Amino acid sequence: MSAVLTASPVADPSWLGLVAAGTLIAVALALSAAQQLGLGRSILWSAVRALVQLAAVGVVLGFLLAESTSILWSWAWVAVMVLFAAWTTARRAPEVPGMFTLSLSAYTASGVVTLAVLFGFGVFELEARTLVTLSGMVVGNSLAATVLVGRRLVESLQERRDEVEARLALGNTAAEASAPMVRSSVRTALIPQVETTKAVGIVLLPGAMVGLLLAGVEPAVAVKVQLAVMYLILGSVATTTAVVALGVRRRAFSADHRLVLDTPSHDRGS
Amino acid sequence: MPPLFELLEVHLSRSGEPVLEAFDLEVPDDGVTVLTGPSGSGKSTILRLCNRLLVPDSGTVRFRGVDVSQGDPCVLRRSVGMVFQQPTVFEGSVLDNLRAAEELDSTAAADLLGDVALDASFLDRRARDLSGGEQQRLCLARTLATSPVALLVDEGTSALDRKATRVLEELVVDLARRGTPVLWVTHDLDQAARIADHRRSLGNPS
Repeated sequence: MSAVLTASPVADPSWLGLVAAGTLIAVALALSAAQQLGLGRSILWSAVRALVQLAAVGVVLGFLLAESTSILWSWAWVAVMVLFAAWTTARRAPEVPGMFTLSLSAYTASGVVTLAVLFGFGVFELEARTLVTLSGMVVGNSLAATVLVGRRLVESLQERRDEVEARLALGNTAAEASAPMVRSSVRTALIPQVETTKAVGIVLLPGAMVGLLLAGVEPAVAVKVQLAVMYLILGSVATTTAVVALGVRRRAFSADHRLVLDTPSHDRGS
Repeated sequence: MPPLFELLEVHLSRSGEPVLEAFDLEVPDDGVTVLTGPSGSGKSTILRLCNRLLVPDSGTVRFRGVDVSQGDPCVLRRSVGMVFQQPTVFEGSVLDNLRAAEELDSTAAADLLGDVALDASFLDRRARDLSGGEQQRLCLARTLATSPVALLVDEGTSALDRKATRVLEELVVDLARRGTPVLWVTHDLDQAARIADHRRSLGNPS
């Protein structure tokens, strides 16, 4: 990572400039008012919340990335981040049985796989700033897909209960009977990330690259870092969705291949 | 010779509500046994207990003298085929549907279709484009693909018109005559009179 440091000046907005940028919120507020979207409070609250959260993270990162701070603190931060992400995921997908444990396993597995590749092959040097930022990328970018795959799979097993039971009645195993639903749920969750990866550079300059360019890093270096990050995100999203899908399937069926997932609205026969 | 199915002291509740309480039933190992009863009396539940799509809270379910809770449920379900109330065909062609049950070549698949009075030209057709009666016959053919030794039919004609109903009844009765005993659940007493070799009833039939 030492290669990314260059002599280009860092784009450092002044506090006054930040306030000026904040006036752009007024544009969103004006649009909400003009179109009667009823989002004014929400927009204001999200802007204030982002300010407070980023300020707090700035303080924490200042501590974590200080030269005198042990990297163990960074590992602890990663653990807290993963726990918080699992809690958020479970809150967003309450209909998925055991989602906290499932997503905790998924984020952990994804982190282990992707960071092992990046650090193990020396793509990045293992230090506080790479550990904290890359772990954040893994968890943050996997969250939406994790919620989506869990919810989608539970919904489709409930909606297509007749099909699942028809397959089970043919002697299919739970894995075979649920394969079409697992496939379509994982596809649904993965496609947005695949599309984002395809569009990168053409219609989208991703955050990490923008950050590096604003920090004065040479474009060629920013591109290399961004590519590694994109692959990291793609790998982590694939890992988390696979782990969650397999976990949901395991909970939806008994060991003797019966569908035991409740279907509240389903009339289960006379 | 043990009965085809035997339910002994079976209890089953769902959402805290009892569906079956101390329930006993014997199904003879020949012909068509029709189980009648009003909606909600537990008829479909009994069929699902027979192929272990459900398990009782207590009590025993036996298939030809063997407790169904012993052994591999997938093997049991391939031996005890089931036709459901709604024809449930899968995405893809008729051939794809048959192959969801068993790896079949086109000739074997065409033979199976012949057993349910559908010709080989159906093999390449999209299963979801078939009429309700054709879909239910496809479901029967798909069930027969695993060579079951007994058949469960859960209100198998309730979604069909009169003509399609008679076709399916004849096919299943013929199957029973050729040695595959059938347990058929219905609330239709006229149908029971047409097809039953043996009758059992739950509660007060409507």
